[in-house]
Amino acid sequence: MKKKKIGLKRFWPLYLMFLPGGLYLLINNYIPMAGLVVAFKSYKVRDGLFGSQFNGLKNFKFLFATPDAWTITRNTILYNVVFIILNTLLGIIFAIFICDAVNKRLKKTYQSAILFPYLMSAVIIGYIVFAFCSTQNGILNNTILPFFGKDAVSWYQEAKYWPFIIIFVNTWKGVGYGCLIYISAINGIDPSLYEAAALDGASKWKQIKHITLPSLVPTIITLTLMSIGRIFYSDFGLFYQVPRNAGALYSTTNVIDTYVYRGLMEQGNIGMSAAAGFYQSIVGFVLVLAANLVVRKISRENALF
Amino acid sequence: MKEKTFSGYQILSNAVMIIWTLLIILPFLLLFMSSITDENVLVAYGYSFFPRKFSVASYAYIIRSGIKILKAYGVSIGVTAVGVFFHVFLAAMMAYPLSCKNLPGRKVLNFYVFFTMLFNGGIVPSYLMWSAFGVKDTILAQLLPNFLVSAWNVMMIRTYFTTSIPDSLYEAAEIDGASQFQIFRKIVLPLGKPILVTIGTFAGLTYWNDWTNGLYYLQKNKELYNVQNLLNQMVSNIQFLASSANSNVTSASAQIPSTGIQMAIAFVAILPIMLIFPFFQKYYSKGLTLGGVKG
Repeated sequence: MKKKKIGLKRFWPLYLMFLPGGLYLLINNYIPMAGLVVAFKSYKVRDGLFGSQFNGLKNFKFLFATPDAWTITRNTILYNVVFIILNTLLGIIFAIFICDAVNKRLKKTYQSAILFPYLMSAVIIGYIVFAFCSTQNGILNNTILPFFGKDAVSWYQEAKYWPFIIIFVNTWKGVGYGCLIYISAINGIDPSLYEAAALDGASKWKQIKHITLPSLVPTIITLTLMSIGRIFYSDFGLFYQVPRNAGALYSTTNVIDTYVYRGLMEQGNIGMSAAAGFYQSIVGFVLVLAANLVVRKISRENALF
Repeated sequence: MKEKTFSGYQILSNAVMIIWTLLIILPFLLLFMSSITDENVLVAYGYSFFPRKFSVASYAYIIRSGIKILKAYGVSIGVTAVGVFFHVFLAAMMAYPLSCKNLPGRKVLNFYVFFTMLFNGGIVPSYLMWSAFGVKDTILAQLLPNFLVSAWNVMMIRTYFTTSIPDSLYEAAEIDGASQFQIFRKIVLPLGKPILVTIGTFAGLTYWNDWTNGLYYLQKNKELYNVQNLLNQMVSNIQFLASSANSNVTSASAQIPSTGIQMAIAFVAILPIMLIFPFFQKYYSKGLTLGGVKG
């Protein structure tokens, strides 16, 4: 009994320190989790998040009756699959290349360049893409396409080009993230392995195949599974800012995140938007748990929990 | 000079990386060139790496136009500074108790933080809640929603504290009769500086680059726009013009600065990131690798 009392006296300042941040998480994160019930309600501003009337599955019935439900699910997943494949492949290739740069200064240059776009906001990326794709002023229509004798294209009205643009922009911006992690994994490989291999006359390709790649496997698995856990989410900025929210492009640029945003903010269709958000949260949660379960099976120390 | 021969592999790998580096630099160069291109040339020939006529009119406009654009920079700078301070301070205060191995209920608190990384309610309930709390159209809208505490960062700081601050230091301090607050201030904060600076750079970038809070919560009060919101607003005004070609657009078009000016504003938004990039890179990459390999 006495011991407990001393304990409390000793520990209360620690609980007090935790409190402000803990309260913030309660408000910013936990209340909205409970607020997911709004997906089963017909929301009225007057009655608020928790006071509005329940309407059963009506919101979901509406959502899944529209062709949008299928389009946004398909777009979200397909884009993410391509992103995962490209960012993993290129991330590894670039990491190997960067680690073998001819000198330190070049290595540093490559590393800086590859990280730089990752630090840019989606708005800025949108402007840069606009400098290329603008119908009247873009460098593509004014300089590059005429050079190859091609006609100008109304980029912001032709949905069919956007999967390529989005994928390119995502790689351009995002490959640095995984790449840096792979570089630090490669730096952690024992250099004597390479020395021994070189003495045995192993070619560069053989060294990569038998030393570098096997050492990267745990990192590859962890990063990939974490991305799979996030496959139901997309970078809102990439799909909203880069196509400049252009209506003509929705068929290839609409993903769950942009759909939820438009329902909520542009069309005032809170019920449908809430249903789509609920769908995303729940499926996303299941995928995170499943991905982590697989990581745990493969390498315990890389699991999130 | 030493003669050096390069293998085929070295030529290939460096060629690929040089091309990729150029692919990254050139678009930024284009953005900058567009911002210093004469407006008439820009309209006639489009954006170009080699403008036919240079002009700093866009930058002069930013300075002259005064209040609106400069105010947006002010909001960006102020919100970033305040946001980083609270973000780092709150996270460090949460991470320290989580790193105390003998704290009763530590596992519960840990899970409380951690669970927010696995599951979230999404934007709809979040938006409705913050709106009900009245942050809309106030400066709190730029500061409070989403970014003040990041569970991921708290976990990174906690891991750093447990692995890098020896238990013997705490024990010695407690024997000397130091209170927990003193230990936090005199031992944990100074020794945790590397990770706190790293988390600070993360938070700084998040706040500087954020445009979503303004998009959701500043619909009436556009005075509180940061630079990103201002740039975003120009895009939506143009889209609005494009979609309503037959309506009366003169008043709307008067509010849109020319494309050169937009590019200049965008460039000035990147500038701070460029200036502190070397510092940034050191800590940011460290944070990425820390967080990427193990949370």
